[in-house]
Amino acid sequence: MTRLRTEPNIPDGDGFYQELLELHQGRSKEESDAINARLILLLANHIGDREVLRGAMKAAADAGL
Amino acid sequence: MRIFETPLYPYERSPDQDAPAPARHPVVVVGAGPAGLAAAIDLARRDIPVVLLDENDRVSYGSRAICFAKRALEIFDRLGCGDEIVDHGVTWSRGKVFFRDRRIYGFDLLAEEGHRRPAFINLQQYRLEELLVRRLRDLQSEGRPVELRGGSRVTKVVPDDSGVLLTVETPDGPYRLEAEWVVACDGAGSTVRRELGLEFAGRVFEDNFLIADVTMKADFPTERWFWFDPPFNRGQSALLHKQPEGLWRIDLQLGPGVDSEEEQRPENIAPRLRQMLGDDVEFELEWISVYTFQCARIDRFRHGRVLFAGDAAHQVSPFGARGANSGLQDVDNLVWKLERVLDGRSPDSLLDSYDAERVPAADENILNSTRSTDFITPKSATSRLFRDAVLNLAETQPMARPLVNSGRLSLPHVVLDSPLQSPDTDGLPARTRPGSPAVDAPVDDGWLLARLGDRFQLLAVGIDVPDDEPGLEVVGLPARRHPLLDERYLGGAPGALYLLRPDQHVAARFTDYDPERIAAALRRSSAQETDDS
Repeated sequence: MTRLRTEPNIPDGDGFYQELLELHQGRSKEESDAINARLILLLANHIGDREVLRGAMKAAADAGL
Repeated sequence: MRIFETPLYPYERSPDQDAPAPARHPVVVVGAGPAGLAAAIDLARRDIPVVLLDENDRVSYGSRAICFAKRALEIFDRLGCGDEIVDHGVTWSRGKVFFRDRRIYGFDLLAEEGHRRPAFINLQQYRLEELLVRRLRDLQSEGRPVELRGGSRVTKVVPDDSGVLLTVETPDGPYRLEAEWVVACDGAGSTVRRELGLEFAGRVFEDNFLIADVTMKADFPTERWFWFDPPFNRGQSALLHKQPEGLWRIDLQLGPGVDSEEEQRPENIAPRLRQMLGDDVEFELEWISVYTFQCARIDRFRHGRVLFAGDAAHQVSPFGARGANSGLQDVDNLVWKLERVLDGRSPDSLLDSYDAERVPAADENILNSTRSTDFITPKSATSRLFRDAVLNLAETQPMARPLVNSGRLSLPHVVLDSPLQSPDTDGLPARTRPGSPAVDAPVDDGWLLARLGDRFQLLAVGIDVPDDEPGLEVVGLPARRHPLLDERYLGGAPGALYLLRPDQHVAARFTDYDPERIAAALRRSSAQETDDS
């Protein structure tokens, strides 16, 4: 069982963040929402570990509270 | 005249109607659908006198349930009519999934080898019922104690400690009948359930579905086609399914709040079907129906001397073919227990295990069919967003295809926690662990399941067992002669013993021969022992 990794793990975080914004650049809200949903599914499949995914879902839901 | 318009068991006056006091029968089954017919057949084969009452006198109108999974076919084998049913059905393995105006992918469900029966067949419910009625008639002509009374509608059910008093309405007026046990297979709108005042709790789905049987004049591939949000049915879904005899089944989701009379008019359906099938395909509408459904069950399936099976006990969405299939498994689980209680070999508490084993099975079916329904008909904007994301990805990314849920194939429920089961033995394959139905495998010139009867059996693979176990029939097979038998029953073990129940489910298994442990497992699985000794 692996736990969700919450320490920084992305090399060149600023670069990644820029790419993420560029992905959505010039798109409608509807298009962006659809891309985000597909992105979640692709990443979730890549991770595969249900425990990690559950941890990520919980962390995502809790962070806005 | 079409089979579903033909009276197959017209009302006939029974001597019970002229009896001074209500005639008493060991078992009365209410409702001659797939579950009720199977129950009557199974009881009759065991020489238990059974009266099967049906308010109608013919098979179901229209195709209704059309997909029968392998476990159901294996049950029909046990009931002696598997070949007839499989010969009438069609098998298919290929399908296509469409999203909006495009085909997103095709699939081929490659069935696992080494099973006598396919993963499923498609067969109209009325054809299945006709074949079951035929089996019941054959049993009658062999002198088995089974009666099918058509035109006999149960209107009142009064249970007490020693039996159940039923009032039956007939064309000649009502009469009363007493049953030691009642098996209620009278469907989603069960009168027996209502008479007992039992709550049918669950989730009602608002969507209306139109189903139609269509005959096609031209060749059309034997495939299952499923459309999400197609141009001919915007925002909804559609399904095209092959049936035998040149017949196709079409399911169109209509959404909530439709005028069902209006939708069923052929002039309203035909243009939509032309869009679906293509302009050049000639077809004829045979049967049309509009329905809604719920995913619900009663709290317990045993209420004293009344036992509920099939839709009377639980209802699911049609996605995944879990209605008739689970009803047949209910009956498979129930009838041998009734037999043992009736002949006094087991205490009445054996029937409590019917509840313990089949309620979780119903919950599993409800869960699966609710998940399919939530995928097919998203209930919120976000749910639709993810559903569409899955479908868009599925076109190019194989990772998304397993998430596409247009109904999951009905697999037999594995009972994980039953009072009848003994603890498992380590080192044997997971798929044949206690609670599983026996898995078929080729042996010599035939099949394992055909070698198993419907009594308690000891399947001995690679272990010599004297054939004098009390109350047990021994089926001995060598190890290392049938590779798939070894794979499914031994794993890496040199030999194994499987205690199989009359419904061919594994009750216990061992890797060495210990008559005392076998005897204890047998007592436990027939409820003769309830402590943990």
